[in-house]
Amino acid sequence: MQGGVPAPVPGYHNDGENTLKPTDISDPEYFHKVVDCQYACPSHTPVPEYIRLIAAERYTDAYMVNWESNVFPGILGRTCDRPCEPACRRGRVEKEPVAICRLKRVAADNKGAVEARMPKAPKRRNGKRVALIGAGPASLTVARDLAPLGYEIDLYDDQAKAGGMMRSQIPVFRLPPAVLDEETGYILDLGINRHFDTRVTSMKSVLERNYDAVFVGTGAPRGSDLDLPGRTEAAANIFVGIDWLSSVSFEHIHTIGRRVLVLGGGNTAMDCCRTARRLGGEDVKVVVRSEFDKMKASPWEKEDAMAEDIPIFNNHVPLEFVHRDGRLVGMSFDKVDVVYDDKGRRSLVSTGEPPVFFEADDVLIAIGQDNAFPWIERELGIEFGKWDMPVIDAVTFQSTLPKVFFGGDAAFGPKNIITAVAQGHQAAISIDLFLRGESVQARPAPGVTLVSQKMGVHEWSYDNAVVDDLRYKVPHVAKEVALKDLKVEVELGFDARAGLAEAQRCLNCDVQTVFKAAKCIECDACVDICPTECINFLMNDEEPALRGSLRAAATNLAQDLYVADGLTQTRRVMVKDENVCLHCGLCAERCPTGAWDMQKFFYNVTKAGQACTPSKQ
Amino acid sequence: MTYQKPSFRHPAAQVNELGYTRRDYEGSLSTLCAGCGHDSISAAIIEAVFTLPLEPHRIAKMSGIGCSSKTPAYFLGRSHGFNSVHGRMPSVTTGASLANRDLVYIGVSGDGDTASIGFGQFGHAVRRNLNMTYIVENNGCYGLTKGQDSATADVGSKNKKGAANPYEPIDLVSMAIQLGATFVGRSFSGDRQQLVPLIKAALTHRGFAFLDVVSPCVTFNNHEGSTKSYAFTRERIEATPLDFVPMREEIRTSYAAGATQEVCMHDGSVIRLHKQNDEYDIEDAQSALQAIAHHNKQGRVLTGLLYIDRDAHEMHEVLGTVRRPLNSLTEKELCPGTKVLDSINAGLR
Repeated sequence: MQGGVPAPVPGYHNDGENTLKPTDISDPEYFHKVVDCQYACPSHTPVPEYIRLIAAERYTDAYMVNWESNVFPGILGRTCDRPCEPACRRGRVEKEPVAICRLKRVAADNKGAVEARMPKAPKRRNGKRVALIGAGPASLTVARDLAPLGYEIDLYDDQAKAGGMMRSQIPVFRLPPAVLDEETGYILDLGINRHFDTRVTSMKSVLERNYDAVFVGTGAPRGSDLDLPGRTEAAANIFVGIDWLSSVSFEHIHTIGRRVLVLGGGNTAMDCCRTARRLGGEDVKVVVRSEFDKMKASPWEKEDAMAEDIPIFNNHVPLEFVHRDGRLVGMSFDKVDVVYDDKGRRSLVSTGEPPVFFEADDVLIAIGQDNAFPWIERELGIEFGKWDMPVIDAVTFQSTLPKVFFGGDAAFGPKNIITAVAQGHQAAISIDLFLRGESVQARPAPGVTLVSQKMGVHEWSYDNAVVDDLRYKVPHVAKEVALKDLKVEVELGFDARAGLAEAQRCLNCDVQTVFKAAKCIECDACVDICPTECINFLMNDEEPALRGSLRAAATNLAQDLYVADGLTQTRRVMVKDENVCLHCGLCAERCPTGAWDMQKFFYNVTKAGQACTPSKQ
Repeated sequence: MTYQKPSFRHPAAQVNELGYTRRDYEGSLSTLCAGCGHDSISAAIIEAVFTLPLEPHRIAKMSGIGCSSKTPAYFLGRSHGFNSVHGRMPSVTTGASLANRDLVYIGVSGDGDTASIGFGQFGHAVRRNLNMTYIVENNGCYGLTKGQDSATADVGSKNKKGAANPYEPIDLVSMAIQLGATFVGRSFSGDRQQLVPLIKAALTHRGFAFLDVVSPCVTFNNHEGSTKSYAFTRERIEATPLDFVPMREEIRTSYAAGATQEVCMHDGSVIRLHKQNDEYDIEDAQSALQAIAHHNKQGRVLTGLLYIDRDAHEMHEVLGTVRRPLNSLTEKELCPGTKVLDSINAGLR
């Protein structure tokens, strides 16, 4: 027994070389990862922050927090792929995550006037000119970030209005044009030079106009076709999904046959089948090669389609377009079993049953989409690599021709709107750095604050009580009404009351449990009170052993352990499994010495022009 | 201020052999000071009962008055309970046990409730070998009345204002052994690894099981100069670790191999003591008392299972009471009829 400290009890592990290092909470990425929703969002929108603002009925503030980060809160509140929701911690402690996406719409629907809060284009420009090719979410984000800095922006698109695929491919019953006009308008109002109805057919001619930088945000405009017997003969009744959707959107197509087959299992297929139901399709079927669970479409989009009496046939591989007298009469399919080999690779093996035949008047092919850059001449210095895709730096979005940048689906293939926005922000940073003569590799650090939420002995400035409410359902208009009119928006959105109740389900994961070992007297009060058994005091060990020896084994390896050393009485370490922490603050309430504190962590991705200029060495 | 614990629990929360989760053994949210050792002991009781396991409705929590005696509200919310008069928990428990011998009695008391106002009652419960677990949450001060020195405060220990206690303390474990307690242990609220198996062993013991648990008063007795603070106790503790192995389980120790003594309980479960240097026979009262006195003299706190007598008869066996709880007796047993009465009368003639 030395130095007044008890010797480690036999059987405890001693500190060794491979024990876990104490967590560096000054690294912004540590706490960022704890905010699962924000971390999963490509744009890293501060989700809990805006949800709290919604709960406080500060809709305009909530909208602006969103707008800063994701540029299109009203659009995304209806159409986002919501990578945040599968990540939501709530989904790990009960059945369903917080309805983050639809809460975003609550902010957009109920906000007050925001025009005065929007940035303005400076009276004096900085003399630099940037061309943006394509007016979709990626280009518009670049415009939003660069115009207020004084850049002169030329925006080119072959459509008559801004929005890109958000306008041409997303049906109006999911995204009303008014919302699109409003949110694209906030950007166009920054003094953007619009060159609409202008198809750019040559990169060379763009470069000849001496722009200081060019951004390519042309998306993935080419829908995949299906070359099967009968394709040419029955061509009059076979359409490529995304082309058909834009023809509907621009009112070139108003009707479809009574019996429709939609091929493909992604979100485009879901949009196609639901649109077909509204244009006269009474017997609409979706036919998919893969299993139901492996379909690319978001679960809620599949649900919405099935709710409109659209059956989904899985494990059916298309064989032939069947035609008679030069007219399509249906399609035949081979029923398959899905077989996985030892390495988990999937193959579709025919069941050997006779082909299945579905009658059809029209077929919509929605089996994927590709990039296409026939308009970029290959001798300009923009290198193209695998699959004829441009070679792009994954961080800076710069091409091999330094003044040309790519973003959105045009950069790395089809993803989603929120990814396009995130890439637009990063490309804008690069363009700004490039045109200021700085290294595009010098990425700005995120803006981070960590502030105690303590208001009194046991009072917090956030709502720390955890409600038991299950996820609220977004009300829809009656099916009979919705199916009659293409323009009727199906989802009604949460009203203010339901929005508040849903907002209260948020666990406030950005309010962090911050531990100061020097203050701890090892009384175990936090260990005992923690409802989800996150907190442990034990001798340090190697990570796998430590994870297994916690009060509740930390089996979710995607979630970090928060390790703190410096406990004076026993030399143990504090280990907190972040996995199912409710952020209820009880550990801090029960801590007699303030060793635990609840501190709000705000993480903001730095946008173009917001960073302090790094000193040149 | 949070008044209600969130209802979510760890998704992988275990279910014990009886099908209960830990939540089934929890009570309402504690109103004691944050960091109170008593809350740790409540958690240790929950852990012991959950893992033993016992059914919540087979347990009665008994207490008197004081911070310690409030704690039964904070654990075993689905068990029976009786919060009695100050220092009178032993007699109420005696009565309860006589009426229903099938319940498991957990008495929770404090140093004031046991060593001062309830000292006489305590002695008689020990003497009768009442079948219960009696836990003293010992913080050396009267926390509920702002921290005056209690009867277990060590001589020289300073109160919060800096005044040293002039009186010799009552050493409850020595007292219990001398009065004839059949299971005596001491532990520390901050040593869960020892406390939980000790409580499990006490609950399994047939007869009076006494546990003196040092439980720092974080508000009035956790300062420099106090001999019942977290830091002081950790510094002076002389712990004999132990495992409690229920009858049905294979013996797996969580401690490294060393000098191990196994004590077999009535129901077949085993207590394994992991001794380090102080070798004495825990079944010999005299050597137990000597070891305790020896450590006291050195200013060290000897903890662990200090003494056990596995052969003594508990109160019901001594009194030869009816084997079933009184509430299960029917008119048939209570009014056995003229024939039986006649035979009794005949025996008195």
